[in-house]
Amino acid sequence: MTAIKNLSRYVRSKNAGPFWMTIDIFCDSTEDYSRIKKSKDSLPEKVAALYEVDKDSMMFFFADDLLTVKISIPKEKPQGHKYESDMHSGQQFVRILELQID
Amino acid sequence: MSIVDSTCKILVPIGAVGGGIAEEEFKIGLSRRPDAIACDAGSTDSGPSYLGTGQTKYAREAVKEDMRIMIVGGNELSIPVLIGSCGTCGSDMGVDQMKEITLEICKEERIKAKIACIYTEQAHATIKKKLHENKIRPLAPLGDLTESLIDECDHIVALAGAEPFIQAIDKGATIILCGRATDTAMMSALPLRWGLPPGPTWHAAKTVECGAQCTSIPAKGSVLITVDKDGFTVEPTLEGSKCTPYTVSAHMLYENANPYKLVEPSGTTDTSTAIYKQLNEVAVRVEGTSFYPAEKYTMKLEGSGAVGFQTITLVGIRDPEVCAHLNEWSTNLKNYINSQIKRLKYDTNKFSYDMKLYGYNAILGEKIPDDSEAPREVMVLFTVTGDTQEMASKISKLVQPYLLHFPYNFNEQLPSFAFPFSPSAIDKGAIYEFKLNHVVELDDPLELVRIEYVRAEFRESVR
Repeated sequence: MTAIKNLSRYVRSKNAGPFWMTIDIFCDSTEDYSRIKKSKDSLPEKVAALYEVDKDSMMFFFADDLLTVKISIPKEKPQGHKYESDMHSGQQFVRILELQID
Repeated sequence: MSIVDSTCKILVPIGAVGGGIAEEEFKIGLSRRPDAIACDAGSTDSGPSYLGTGQTKYAREAVKEDMRIMIVGGNELSIPVLIGSCGTCGSDMGVDQMKEITLEICKEERIKAKIACIYTEQAHATIKKKLHENKIRPLAPLGDLTESLIDECDHIVALAGAEPFIQAIDKGATIILCGRATDTAMMSALPLRWGLPPGPTWHAAKTVECGAQCTSIPAKGSVLITVDKDGFTVEPTLEGSKCTPYTVSAHMLYENANPYKLVEPSGTTDTSTAIYKQLNEVAVRVEGTSFYPAEKYTMKLEGSGAVGFQTITLVGIRDPEVCAHLNEWSTNLKNYINSQIKRLKYDTNKFSYDMKLYGYNAILGEKIPDDSEAPREVMVLFTVTGDTQEMASKISKLVQPYLLHFPYNFNEQLPSFAFPFSPSAIDKGAIYEFKLNHVVELDDPLELVRIEYVRAEFRESVR
């Protein structure tokens, strides 16, 4: 087991419109990327638990050319709800850094 | 030469008007003889308040300077300047402000122009009519639209596609100022008008919608797209910067829930079949993008409405003992505040509050394990949201003494925390939330837009 942060060179998060946020995990090597991709069956459940969303509501993309994994998650509350803490979802990637991958 | 043998070159000077165009690189772009200058001026990204109030985010002077560079450049080459999402949120007010700025520039620079103002703000009655005609459907994760949801919106805009821009060019407009538009509409309009295929056109437009973000130096310089019948080429104008298959294809991930399928009013761009190739040192060639025309033309709707009024308080804590026991301290404080609210019989249906501990867990809101290392200092952001500003202010006043003095250890002297302001509480005014994530089906792409033309003219001699 190792954390996402050890398998990527750059992870970012951002809004994708007011109702979705999206996380891009950029890997450096095919090996690291494949390791995340191999976990794709168990990944939705883990990410769903981490971000407290329904696992079937998310979208996962594996961009082989870019060695990049993209995860899009519906926001629990729309962007800018009254007690928003991250208007652009720019810091939401931090949670996923420690996610353990087989 | 048949029209499909032609190429169409669009210069995109920056990701958003008001961000500060790099003039030198823009001029290098101009020297490449583009056919149009196109730039976005807004999005939903800054949050619901802009659309809720119809207001713009950037400083007027910064917007004017960027507009001046583009208008002067466009006039020099006699090519159109196309601006989308004027005024950040694309409200009618935003378009009017941009029109005023444009007229000022034309007067100052002695430029004659036909200006098209494309208004995309919608009356509540129009949207309700479409709702009753069963023309509106939700996009995930929102559900069906209701009349009351429409009523909750202070402003509603529909996102224009390329069609109103094309109409304005057809009518001879040289400066086109659009309300809310899709991020790509203003870059796509001219290639589509010239009969170039929609796949490469929309994909090219999407690639440069954030300006230099698709290049190796994302923060600076203009980008050029050249669309032809087989694909498109993208390149930066900044010396030392370049596009690579990586920077170009990676940009498709940015701020997109789905990086391969991009829905526009007239159809869907599918980039999954696209092939990216390094053309020379700085340029990338993209071919193979597909486009599937929509069965029905749709415009996306955005709406934002007020949900209350806020008062905020900021207070800093450096007390090591409090910092070492923040979970317990904040739970105790909230319990105490709740008991006071109960004691004074405030109606809890009329307000709510929230407390964030910056430097501790404010951004992700996670419960921090008790054995974590204590932060050196934290900033408490205490927010009250009320039905009225008076309500928010009143509850905020109730909690001020505790925000100043609430101890961790009740057996010791009361602490005094660090307020940076006097008065300590700040009335923030109305706050807004996004309400709509729906599309409306249309028979005519121009049905929900209004285009007005105004001439910037001056006389050589004024009596």
